[in-house]
Amino acid sequence: MAQTKSKKIPLTGDQAVATAMKQIDPDVVAAYPITPQTEIVMYFSNYVANGQVSTELIPVESEHSAMSACVGASAAGARTMTATSANGLALMWEIVYIAASLRLPIIMPVVNRALSGPINIHCDHSDTMGARDSGWIQIYCESGQEAYENTILAVRIAEHKDILLPVMICQDGFITSHAVEGVQLFEDNKVKEFVGEYKAAHPLLDVENPVTYGPLDLQDYYFEHKRQQSESMRGALKIIPGLFKEFEKTFGTKYDFIDTYKLEDADIAIIALSSTAGTSRGVIDELRGQGIKAGLLRPRVFRPFPREKIIDALKNVKAVAVLDRAESFSAEGGPLYTEIKAVLYNSDIKPLVTNYIYGLGGRDIFPDDIKKVYSDLSAALKNKKVSNPINYLGSRE
Amino acid sequence: MPMVEIAWHGRGGQGAKTASQFLGEAALDIGKYIQAFPEYGPERAGAPMKAFTRISDEPIYVHSSVSEPDIVIVIDPTLLGSVNVTEGLEDNGILLVNTEKSPEDIRKIVNFKHGKVGTVDATKIALETLKIPMPNMPMLGAFLKVNNIVSIDEVSEIVKAKFIKKLGEEKTKANIEGIKRAYSELRLG
Repeated sequence: MAQTKSKKIPLTGDQAVATAMKQIDPDVVAAYPITPQTEIVMYFSNYVANGQVSTELIPVESEHSAMSACVGASAAGARTMTATSANGLALMWEIVYIAASLRLPIIMPVVNRALSGPINIHCDHSDTMGARDSGWIQIYCESGQEAYENTILAVRIAEHKDILLPVMICQDGFITSHAVEGVQLFEDNKVKEFVGEYKAAHPLLDVENPVTYGPLDLQDYYFEHKRQQSESMRGALKIIPGLFKEFEKTFGTKYDFIDTYKLEDADIAIIALSSTAGTSRGVIDELRGQGIKAGLLRPRVFRPFPREKIIDALKNVKAVAVLDRAESFSAEGGPLYTEIKAVLYNSDIKPLVTNYIYGLGGRDIFPDDIKKVYSDLSAALKNKKVSNPINYLGSRE
Repeated sequence: MPMVEIAWHGRGGQGAKTASQFLGEAALDIGKYIQAFPEYGPERAGAPMKAFTRISDEPIYVHSSVSEPDIVIVIDPTLLGSVNVTEGLEDNGILLVNTEKSPEDIRKIVNFKHGKVGTVDATKIALETLKIPMPNMPMLGAFLKVNNIVSIDEVSEIVKAKFIKKLGEEKTKANIEGIKRAYSELRLG
């Protein structure tokens, strides 16, 4: 393992991401501040003002303009970043799809926050889950440390010549974005070396080789272009592991599409994204002490959806609870739940599966809530069926 | 040592968040795992608010707010009548209050029969040392008296390192004096 780690320093998740952006030193950042992402833009603006980065910072009048400016800059050949939350992402919507369809490797940390209405500034995943079909790669982070590291890793994923897709790096608003934890930073030159210099394959500014971005594309070829996007997302599943390995070799942290905790011999398991997975770990230790074989599966990468990894990880599990910090109003459960059920259907394993919508608008999730889920799973295992497929955890009835 | 969970009660602008982070940073500096975070609501200056610090020898994975603190620190005594500061405080818990009142009086006011209660007039100490009514750093001194996860010398060193550039030598010394005075003037009962 390369010795690139220094002493931990106290940083919030937002500060950690801003630090990653400083070390990446992108060519262009176009951003508009929104709670709880604000600190990222604030700290990064300081780096620009202090001359610590050479980035062209474009302060825009809205998120729609932020993403539009990012599309222009990225198409011109610049390494481009922005950051947003909730309604900011919603306002970008039109251009979010365009960024992906133009195959522009834009990097966007998203600090997850509930969408209005009613107005709420706290954490849930309704913002990025709404954008799950926009063609962006999505990585969900448990801690500020992970948000820091994944922001660096995302550059290589997005810009890989056989991927060329924009990436969202998601972390939980306030829960990790505003909590101070010890964060181990990498050396500036190591980060610089890892992300390398960006050389766009087809930049607009290369007048010797003129290209067109975003022309009219009707019945004749639109479908093929969408198909290429689709193949790129599928292909990313094969390419990203190589980048995980390179990251580990450079910085020492081992990443995979999923993270598991005591899952190998677990009878019952929770599947959860981001910080809630952390809260589950202590509960698992406690239950293991009582002889209950509980485990955890945390998808890190949600787009592309790591089907094979998930099926393999769940192969010995008998009952699974999928925790969704977003409601999809489908009357059929949350977005992670429906994905998990979908991949299980075409697999050889048939665990009992149940869904818990939780934590909307920042409603806290405590270890006792997690305990209740495991206790429900134990009961389901005993009765050989789940009593309620879709549950609301921590909500007043 | 198991994880220590601390809840800070103050009003917006009194430095509860700063104190929660400062304690966390001091513990991080000596190699502990830490979390420090405020409870965000619709903050404004003067409104009741909470902040939390977690310190442990092991990595901290839990990301909920602190519902069963080991130690509760009340920076503003006027909260005692309106906020249930002992909520979740276990039988062996410790309640530290910035007040001129005695621990016995505070016990009666908050109806806390177990554990320990400590009182110190941190506002007076702040006025005499820093010349401003900012009781958060003295309350950190009170904490150091009842919990030795970080020593008062270690905290003094970190105050020095962090404040000297920003505040200058005089105010840095005043901060350390405030911490030390509250440390020695804390009454426990």
